[in-house]
Amino acid sequence: MAKSVIVYSTPTCPFCIRTKQFLKDSNIQFEDIDVSSDTEKAQVMIKKSGQMGVPVLDIDGTIIIGFDKEKIKETLGIS
Amino acid sequence: MIYDLIIIGAGPAGITAAVYAARKRLKLLVISKDIGGQAAWSGDIENYTGYQFITGPDLAAKFEEHMRNYKIAVREGEEAVDITRQDKAISVRTGKSSYEAYSVIIASGKVSRELGAKGEAEFKNRGLTYCATCDGPIFAGKDVAVIGGGNSALDAAIQMMKIAKHVYVVNITKQLGGDAVMRETVEKGKAVTVINNARVTEVFGDRMVKGIKIKREEREENLAVEGVFVEIGLIPNSKFAKIIEKNEFGEIKVNCHNETNVPGVFGAGDVTDVPEKQIIIAAGEGSKACLSAFRYLNENGLVSSDSTAY
Repeated sequence: MAKSVIVYSTPTCPFCIRTKQFLKDSNIQFEDIDVSSDTEKAQVMIKKSGQMGVPVLDIDGTIIIGFDKEKIKETLGIS
Repeated sequence: MIYDLIIIGAGPAGITAAVYAARKRLKLLVISKDIGGQAAWSGDIENYTGYQFITGPDLAAKFEEHMRNYKIAVREGEEAVDITRQDKAISVRTGKSSYEAYSVIIASGKVSRELGAKGEAEFKNRGLTYCATCDGPIFAGKDVAVIGGGNSALDAAIQMMKIAKHVYVVNITKQLGGDAVMRETVEKGKAVTVINNARVTEVFGDRMVKGIKIKREEREENLAVEGVFVEIGLIPNSKFAKIIEKNEFGEIKVNCHNETNVPGVFGAGDVTDVPEKQIIIAAGEGSKACLSAFRYLNENGLVSSDSTAY
């Protein structure tokens, strides 16, 4: 079954743009949460990741901070 | 394996050098912590020939697409920490591994200047950020401090004025710099306090930032803030290049052939002392550096067999 992927991002951050582009290029479906327009979700992100920088990825409960391509690939099991 | 060429950095300079090197069929490796460099962080670009208008992230994506077209080996997310030369082989050590080549182009651009205050590293991304544009929106409704007095600090202050509870602008000089229009906007802002002549000595908190300590005329005081935006400019990303000669600003010294003081090591773009820091200049310098590296390899009989003749 496909893993659930959530991306917490802001529209103005280049690494968020790159993260989402990478997921799209890898044909990975994801839910994009814009934390600049949703303060409650922003708090959820801070709680989950223990920090306040974007992007944050939640892949089936595994939290990845920043555009860490290798870790994203490894967690998703793609090459 | 020994590469013909290692390029450190994948901004406009590094990517252009990579495209030129790929077309010469050099055995090539690109090492970079990110792709696009400062171009990816730029807003609207209206002076890159061929595009009357393009955004920074879009131009960076175009650069990357051009590079990927050549199936170039790219170690993304790796940062060079040291470079050494023994005999004719140049070794580039990163946080993860070590690589060898007969020529190297340093195109590592610039990085945010750090405060040098206590607690800065500890609270990075825990309330302290170097990218107001990226992380600013997360601090809506909170008290925040913008550190700096130039255009990027004013820009961050104007952005945060609209969403934060209160914005303190902590500036080390007597008065704010930057463009007059932006300065007036900040000074007229209702929820803004400008604190001049002040230096940040500490960032403190528990898990997240709770405040900063500032020093004004030998008096120290605490400011309770949850967000700290460091906007005090950029410095050349050249610290790792210990064997390379630099100027007083830390810029790598290059001649008009992009040669450094170390044979086989070339420099290109914003990390160098090239006059004017522009995307188009960085790109041009990247191409020049690659052609110089190629000439160097040929003249020293170091080029691998399948590359094209000079």
